[in-house]
Formats: sequence, C-alpha cells, structure tokens
Amino acid sequence: MTDNPSFVPEPAGPAPGSEPFLSVRDLQVHFPTDDGLVKSVDGLSFDLERGRTLGIVGESGSGKSVTSLAIMGLHRTGNARSRPHISGEVRLDGEDLIRADAEHVRKLRGRKMAMVFQDPLSAMHPYYTVGHQIIEAYRTHQDVDKKKARTRAIEMLDRVGIPEPAKRVDAYPHEFSGGMRQRAMIAMALVNNPELLIADEPTTALDVTVQAQILDLIRDLQKEFGSAVIMITHDLGVVAEMADDILVMYGGRCVERGSAEKVFYEPRHPYTWGLLGSMPRIDRDQTDRLIPVKGAPPSLINIPSGCAFNPRCPYADVPKGGITRTQRPELTLVDAAEGADRHWSACHMSQEERTRIWTEEIAPKL
Amino acid sequence: MLVYLIRRLFNVVATLLVVSVVTFGIFFAVPKITGSDPALMYAGRETNETALAGIRVKMGFDKPISEQYLIFVKGIVAGRDYNTGVDSTHCPAPCFGYSFKTETPVWDLMLDRIPVTLSLALGAAVIWVIAGVATGVVSALKRRTAIDRTVMVGALAGVSLPIFFTGMVAPAVLVYGLGWLDVSNYRPLTEDPGAWLNSMILPWVTLAFLFAATYARITRATMLEVLGEDYIRTARAKGLTERVVIRKHALRSTLTPLVTMFGLDFGGLLGGAVLTETTFSFQGLGTAAVAAIGAGDLPVIMGITLLAALFVVMANLIVDMLYAVIDPRVRLT
Amino acid sequence: MIRRKQALAITAVIAALSLTAACGDKGDDGKKGGEGSSNAAFDAATKGVVNPSDKKGGELKLWSPQDVDYLDPARAYYGFVWNMQRLYIRQLLAYDSKPGADGTKLVPDLAEALPVLSNDGKTYTVKIKDGVKFEDGTPITSKDFKYGIERVFAQDVLSGGPTYLIDLLDQGQKYPGPYKDTDPNKMGLKSVETPDDKTIVFNLASANSDFSYLLAMPSSSPVPAGKDTGATYTNKPVSTGPYKVESFTASKGATFVRNEHWDPKTDTIRKGLPDKVSFTVTTNPDDMDARLLSGDIDLAVDGTGMQQAGKNKVLKDPALKKNADNPFTGYIRYFAFPQTVAPFDNIECRKAVIYAADPKSLQNARGGPTSGDLGANMLPPGIPGSDKSYDPFGLTKGEPQVEKAKEALKACGKPDGFETTIAVRNNRAPEVKSAESLQAALAKVGITAKIDQFDGKLSSSTIGSPENVKKKGYGIIVMGWGADYNSGSGFLQPLVDGSFILPNGNNNYTEINDPEINGLFDKAASAATPEAAAPFYTDINKKVMEKALYLPINFDKAFVYHNPRLTNVYFNDSMGKIDLATVGVVK
Repeated sequence: MTDNPSFVPEPAGPAPGSEPFLSVRDLQVHFPTDDGLVKSVDGLSFDLERGRTLGIVGESGSGKSVTSLAIMGLHRTGNARSRPHISGEVRLDGEDLIRADAEHVRKLRGRKMAMVFQDPLSAMHPYYTVGHQIIEAYRTHQDVDKKKARTRAIEMLDRVGIPEPAKRVDAYPHEFSGGMRQRAMIAMALVNNPELLIADEPTTALDVTVQAQILDLIRDLQKEFGSAVIMITHDLGVVAEMADDILVMYGGRCVERGSAEKVFYEPRHPYTWGLLGSMPRIDRDQTDRLIPVKGAPPSLINIPSGCAFNPRCPYADVPKGGITRTQRPELTLVDAAEGADRHWSACHMSQEERTRIWTEEIAPKL
Repeated sequence: MLVYLIRRLFNVVATLLVVSVVTFGIFFAVPKITGSDPALMYAGRETNETALAGIRVKMGFDKPISEQYLIFVKGIVAGRDYNTGVDSTHCPAPCFGYSFKTETPVWDLMLDRIPVTLSLALGAAVIWVIAGVATGVVSALKRRTAIDRTVMVGALAGVSLPIFFTGMVAPAVLVYGLGWLDVSNYRPLTEDPGAWLNSMILPWVTLAFLFAATYARITRATMLEVLGEDYIRTARAKGLTERVVIRKHALRSTLTPLVTMFGLDFGGLLGGAVLTETTFSFQGLGTAAVAAIGAGDLPVIMGITLLAALFVVMANLIVDMLYAVIDPRVRLT
Repeated sequence: MIRRKQALAITAVIAALSLTAACGDKGDDGKKGGEGSSNAAFDAATKGVVNPSDKKGGELKLWSPQDVDYLDPARAYYGFVWNMQRLYIRQLLAYDSKPGADGTKLVPDLAEALPVLSNDGKTYTVKIKDGVKFEDGTPITSKDFKYGIERVFAQDVLSGGPTYLIDLLDQGQKYPGPYKDTDPNKMGLKSVETPDDKTIVFNLASANSDFSYLLAMPSSSPVPAGKDTGATYTNKPVSTGPYKVESFTASKGATFVRNEHWDPKTDTIRKGLPDKVSFTVTTNPDDMDARLLSGDIDLAVDGTGMQQAGKNKVLKDPALKKNADNPFTGYIRYFAFPQTVAPFDNIECRKAVIYAADPKSLQNARGGPTSGDLGANMLPPGIPGSDKSYDPFGLTKGEPQVEKAKEALKACGKPDGFETTIAVRNNRAPEVKSAESLQAALAKVGITAKIDQFDGKLSSSTIGSPENVKKKGYGIIVMGWGADYNSGSGFLQPLVDGSFILPNGNNNYTEINDPEINGLFDKAASAATPEAAAPFYTDINKKVMEKALYLPINFDKAFVYHNPRLTNVYFNDSMGKIDLATVGVVK
C-alpha cells in the first residue's frame, strides 16, 4: 500500500506480540463503474477484540456497510465482473481474509462470523419458513441431521425471545412482525455461535420500543457468547449505550475514532458534532430542534479535494490558507497521553480550536 | 381454499359465457343485424333457395337470436338435434355446434385435433422451459461475458425470427444437413410412439425456439434482479455455497414470474399453434380454425374459439393456484 | 325453348361461379405434372400414356392442400373430387380413360351401351350392365339410379353439388327430393322411369345434346335407398367402383381400400391397380411439393400444380422435368369489354385495346409460358368445336400492334385515345399484374386506364352486377373462366348467351345479347350428339371474336409433377387432370 500517500496511524491495540481478534488495515474497496471508480472505502483501519463492541457510524454512502461486507468476504461472491477491487488487510483471528481462498472464507461465513441485516423482511427469503432458513444456516456448517437442526432452531428462536418457538419455527417471514423477524434474523446469525457478529443497522426498520428490545438482546447475547460485535448505524443513539468504541466514517474514511465515552463527550471532529446534533436525546429539551448535518454526502467518485467534509463544514475557513480544500487531514491522536482510550480524529483545525468550539459553541446547544 | 376454488370456477364459467355471447353475437347476430343472411355463409358454393331454406331450418336461423343462443348453450350441456323434419342429425353433448360443411359435430373434430395440438404444445413447452431457463440462468451468472452476449444474440434471433423461417431452417439443418431426423407427418402417440416422437421433434424445436428465446431473456433479467435481493446476500452471509444460493434461493424466485407467462403462453398454444401446425402440416386445432375460417365454417370457428378461451382461462386458474404453492405470501381467498 | 334455356342458363351460371370460386385459385398457378419411366418425358402424359403397366399392388398416395368438399356424389363439386370419385363410384356413362380427344368422349360404364334416344331426342333409354354390384354385393338396379338422382333434388339436406339434373328433370313437378317424397317407395320423380330393374328411362321436356354429359356427372350415381344416411352419407358413401371408403376424416384425409364386389370385367374404364389409395390434406403446399419431389408421395391430386419454388426446381433439373407435365386446365384468362360503358359501345375502340395489348407481357404477368399458351380465341382446347389456331387478331404473334391500334382509335373517333377503368379482383396477383401490363400497353397508344382493385370475394355484386359496372365505368374487366362439363355450352353459354345476363352474379360481362348467337346455342342443344353440336360452338366462338368483345390472355395450363413410379399416367382431356381411374404404383 505504498502507493497510498496518506499516513495510516497504528490504532490502539493490545500489547505487542498478541494480535487483535479482528484487525483491519488500510482497507480499500473500490467499485469500477462506467462513470468512474467509486471509492466506497478508502483506507480504513481498526482493531476489535472478543467481547468488545465497535460502533461504526456514518451517513449512508459513508462506506460503513461496504466495510462490513468486505470483512464478510461478500464482495467476492456473485458475478466476477461486478466485484470491487479490495486491498489492505482484514485479519480475523490471525488469518488474512482478503487473501484467503474464497471457499475457505465461505466456510467461515455464518460460522465464525455472522451478520444481521437491516430489513429482516427483505433479508429473509419469502418462500421459505423461518425455521427452514435457520436450519439451513446450521446444517451448512454442522454435520447434524434435520431433526437435531430443527431442535437447535427452536432453541435459538426461544433464546431470542420468540414465543411458542416450536410453532413459529414453521411460520414464514411475512407471518412475523418486524421485531420478531429481526429476532429470528439474529437467531439465524447466532445459530453457529459466531465469534464475530456484524449487525448492519439492525434496528433501523423497527419502531423505538422494539429497537431497544433488539439492542438489549444483542447485548445480552454478546455477553453470553463472548463475541466481538460490530454495530453499523447512521444513528449515534443506537451505539451510545452498546458500543465500547466508536468509529465515525465519512466519505469512505475514518474521521474520528475512540472510546464511546470520548467520542460522545469530547468529540473532536465537526462531522461528529453534526451527528451528535442530529441525535434525538431523551434528556434534550423538547423545544429544541434537531440540527441535521447540512448538505449532501460526498460523491464517492469525485471526493472533494482536501478534507472530504470541507463543503459541508461550517468551520472550513478556520484553518488558514485554504488548507481544508487542498490537503487531506490525517488521523492524529487527540491526546497522546491517553491510554487505552486513545482518541483519534482527522481535522485541520488545531486541538485548541476544536476544544474551544466544542465546549463553547456545540456542547451547550446539545 | 375450497371456497376460493369454487369462486374461481364460477368465474371461469362466467368468462366463458361472456366469450360465448360475444362470439355467438359476432358469428350469428351481427350478420342478421347487418341484413346479410348467415345461411349464405353456410351454403358453400351452392346457393339455391332450397339449399338456403334447408340450412336456415337446420341452424335454427328462423328462431330469435336469444333462443338460438340458449339452444347453443343447452347443446353444450345436453346435446342437441338438428332436425329439419326431413333429416335429423344428432349432436351428442358436449355439442359445440355441428359443421354442415363436413357433416361432423364440432366436438368430434376438436377431439380429433386436441391430441395433435396438445402433443405439440406439451413437448415444446418442456423444451422451451428447460432450455430457456437454463440459458437465461447461465447468461445471468456469466453476465457481460462472451457467453452471455452469444446467448442473448441467439435469444434475440429466436424472438425475432418467425416460425415459418425457423420451421424451414430447422428441417434444412436437422433433416437434410445433419440427417438426424426424417421428415414425417404427425403420428398419434397411441399408434406408434417412436414415429410420434420422430414426427414431433422438429415442430417442438421450432416452436420451442421462439419461446425459449423469450424465456431466456426474462429469466436472465429476473435472475439478475433476484441476485441483487437482500435475501440472496443473507444466504451468502450464512456461508451457503454459490450452488445452493443459485439453485435454491435465486432460481425459485426467478421462476415465479415465468409461471405466469408460461400459463398464458401454454394456454394460448392449446388453442392452436397456427403457424407451426401449418408449417409442419399438422392437423391441429390451429389449422382446423384456419381451414374453418377459409371455408366459412362458422360452427367450427366458434367451437374452437370457445375451446381456446377455455384453455386460456383454465391455464390462468392453474397459474393462480400454482402461485399459492410457490409463494407462501399469496393466499387464495 | 326460352324457359329451357333460362333454366339451364341459371344452373350453368351457378355451376360455373362455383367452379371459379372453388377452383379459380388453382387455375391461377396453372401447372401440372407428368410421368416418369422408360417413356417419361416432359409433357409426355398430356400426349399419351406414360409407363404403361398392369401390375397391381402398392399404395397410391394422394395429397392435396385443399380438402374434398364432399365424398357424397350428390354434393361433390370440386373437379379433383370428381376425379377421385372415379375410384369409388360409377355412373351410367363416363369419360373414357384414354389420352387425347378420346378422353373427352363418353362411353358406357354401368350402362350396357350408350343411351338410346327416341321421341325426337327427348327420351333417353339406358340398359344397365349385368353383374354390377354395390360394395355389399347387392346388384345395382335402375331404382338405385333413380334414387341417386332424386337425392339431388333434396337441396335442403344435400346442398353443394351441381343442380343441372333438377333443371332438366323437374319439369314443373317441384319434386322435393326423396326425404319428403310422399311415394312409399320414394320413387316420386315423374320424369325418370324404371320399367324394370335393368332399364331406366329419362323423359326430357326438349331435346338436349348435353344430357349425356349430365349422366356422366357424379351426381347421377346410383345410391341404395336403404343405405342412405342423408346429410352424413358423405362420410361413408356406398361404393360401386374398384375401391371403397375405408375411413374419412374431414380436413384430414381418407383411405380407400379394394371393393371386392367390383368386377373388372364389367369395367372398361378403371384398372384398379393399387391395393390401397390414401388421400391426405396438407396445410403446407411447399412441403407437399418437397415430398412429391422426394418420392415420398405420388401426386398432388388437387391438380393446381406446383408452387413457384418447386416449379423452378423442376424446370432446372432435366431428371425431374421429365416427370412433369404442362396440361391445359380448360380455363381461359381474358379481358372483357362491357358494351354499356363508353367508348366500348364502339367496336373500333374495343379493337384498339386488343391491338394495343402486349400478349407476351400479359403471359408473363400470369407466370410465363408454363402458365398457359398465348390466347387466341374464346373456346379452350379440349372442348369439342375448339380451334386453338383460330387467331383473328394475330395475338399469338406475341407483339403489340400499335399501328393497327392507332387506326382503330381513329376509326372510333378517338385518335388521341380515351380514358377508362380496368376492374380487377384484388386477391388474384396474376390478374392484378395482367391489368398493370395492359395499362402500360394502352398508355403507348394514348389510352389512359385506371386500375380499380375490388374485393375478389364480392365479384358477383361488383362486376357481376351490370348496373354497378355501368355506374363505375368498368370498361375493361379481368377474369378467368372454366367449364363444368366438356361442352361448348358448358363453357360459352354463361359468357355470351344473352339470356344469361343477370342482375347479380352475371358472367356475361360484355352484355352481348345477339339473337344469332342465342339461336346457335338452341341449335347446338337440340343436336343429337355432342359431336354433332360441336360445329355450332365453333361458329359461336367466331361470332363472338368478330365482335371484338374479349381479349383472351391465355389458354391456362398447369404445371404438374408426379412420382416417377406411377404407371399408366396420362391427362384426361375432359378434366385436364391425371386420370386416377388408371394409375398404378408398381411398374
């Protein structure tokens, strides 16, 4: 990756010598299209340990879902002509998934790493019963007979809180409510006790009450199975209580990363401020209006020069010399003295400036 | 389900009644309204008054049209007698009319023709569904490759080339060029299965080519669409092999729209594959209809029209029932 | 006399109309086939017998793109069905199975001898041969003949066939046919008597030399009353010939097998060589031609001739061509000039058109030399009294005669030409092309002709209505014509007898009503024999031509190919078709 001019800092990790469970290094996912190269993910790095939860946050098109699919190796399936160019490293338990044999990765999918998708109605096959689809996932990786698999499916449905699981196992997805479907989806993802669970907007299609239930469920299951979880969402609220770490993506890159506490309470990137501003909060004064991030997400074919966020950034002119429009900011440590909670962000403004803006201008309005 | 079936069957009968009223109107009432004598159309070449009078009595043209229609419908259920007082002809139920040009009940003629058309339609259907779906799937999976392009150009040709062209080229290649087959006339399956098969292959291939092309294109397009569905991504995320993903998850969804198409195509074909039958000199319902039109044999035209309508309506019903089997979201209520 | 003529006239018109309607298409392509063997050669079967042989056995495979109309003798009208009926039914008289002019002569068939005429030619007495039987072995009696003829009268049940017999035999009785006959034996027709089982007597109202022809038509065949099934008799008619109907399915075909009760000793006409005859209806004439050329089938029995593709193939290949023939069909293609439309009331203007026409171009419009010989007059070869070489306008020279045309225009008082309309059926490509050819030729002498294509199915009310012809100003009409039976009256009378002018379905397009011509028809009818009538028709033909009312295009020919394995192949001049009475399939 020497042709990548940008500096990629080593993220926080465990002690030298022991590799993190999941390690992503300079991941690039580029889709060739007739209009040009779509750089969905353009140099992303992070680590994740077992039992920990990483929240990846960003608008649609920021590259967060593409990242999850790249980890799962799902970009390598289907028609060869429409596959993206992937480079960088995705190491799961010491194995480089990008360079591994496709068949080997397939065997890991659903067993070692599993995924829960956004819309369970469209993500489950309408023609097969819920039980059938769970059994299928189970038997693909376990050498068991149908009866045992069925018992396992019922057990899993029971575990995710579906009432009368022995009966509902034979129901079709459309016969379930939205929340039930997502529970079934989770049951299906967890049926093989995966060590990595990626949940891509698992609650977006659900109403608020059900959202909370599902999030609780994922958290409980994570504790029980000890899996690593990646929670992908556009909604900071969803990850607020779940994630240990948060990674904010913009234009296919990481703009801020750190412990949940840091990112929530001491965010150091204007985009994160925007996201926080648009987050509904129970403790917020109901008369205040949500402040969405103004402007549209960047084109991934023609990413703005300089800081990708500059066209939407209210502070784009704060750094002198128009540097925000000419030079791409690198991820840098917010405070080198911090320990495991190391906090990174990519912004041309000085630390002091950002601290001042956050504490004086943004935080009070939230 | 039973209620649904009964209701649908009721609809079938109602549809057929409407079709029968319309066709009856066209063939029997309109000439009367416009003042032309329908008996003239039955008279053939000999149009002397005695002959016309005989035809009028036989066909019941002396009665009001509504009564003629009731007699016609009653004939289907209970049979009827064409009694001229001099000469009585019995037409047993189901009497779809009686052809005075050929002196045969229309039903007998149709019974004689149905096996031919059915043989043609069934065999061709098997070929075109298998060939069309297979090439469509391959094409979709090999999208934008040379294979895909070749198959799709072939499919475009299949859609564009008329039956009488492929009907000429197919024998030229298979019979005279490669010598794989003999030219032969339709032989009933019950008489000689080998000869039947030999006589059917060319018409099957010719007819199937046309449909297979369409089916390949639709299959390809649907398959590509289905492959983009979330549940296919889910299936892959579960670690299913690509084979299982395609065969089990993608194909089943791909086939759904094809079932509708197939129902209509097949139902329509049962009414007679006119061009194919003509090209291969098959005496099926299609050629019978054409011959009847040429000869102005109205009872036969009407009988075949009704039969064709019945086939289409029934095919639709079966497709709808099949839908419920394929797609559990569809409820028959 | 007038009444008689009127009656016969009407039937003839109907008959001829029917024939044009039913067979016109076939005549259009005008091609027929021949034979192949030791003496096989192109057109040999129109001159003599090809592959003479008396070997029996095999299956004669007949195909046709046209289904039979009816197998019932009283209802059949298609020419090719009459030919097929020579296989399974016999009449008192029949056309002899001999090539050339002999084939147009009537010889006794079920009759012992030709009819004996008495009572000034008004009474025909016929004796029936000994040993002739129906297919069930029952001897054929005079009552069976009478019953068969009576059936023709039951038009309300048995429509379809020619009705000449009604016109000549009803004689005011209004006989309703056997089904409504009050006579317990169903023998109520008064003009036909059966003094004993062997004798049948026909009493005509007036002498008619054509009556023998009617006795040779299938509608005069014997039918056993006990076996008559009325309208459905057509599906299984009782046989008297060498074959009987084994099976018949409308629009599919039929199978004929040997009739064990046919005694060849009683039959001088039929050979009965094949063991079996099959008839198959096809929907694909090109496919039929291919099978014919491959030897898969024996004959396209409809006799309309090959399609263009097959024809071209045969013409190019001498090995195939020797199995082909180019016989006359008995049709003439012509233009007619209605005298009611100016300036065609003037003979000179009519002559101008005749001379201006380009005969070669017209022949090409119809499909070239194999589609027919250049027309010269209005009586086709094969009809007694015809003379192909009679060419009053020099048409067979094949060149337009522009000078003569211009002189005629001057004589007509239109030296600069005139305007007129050519009426042509829109569903006959060769006729439309003919009209275009004439249009081009006329333009060269200053005559401007506009072409009006009308719906061919409505001929009887467009060109068949003199009132409409006048109204539309149809100065030139394109048509074709063939006869039902082989006499000058059968052909010419509907065209040129003034008493045949009808308000609808008229065929006398020129509306000629000349007492001299009308009188000649009467004289011909009262002649004792067809041979004696022939000179009258020669005369009528001349009179008509002298009036310059018609421009003949060609004497129609067919291009017919036959399987070289066929034996005893020859074209019977009475029908212009390969005689099925003699063909065999084993050399």
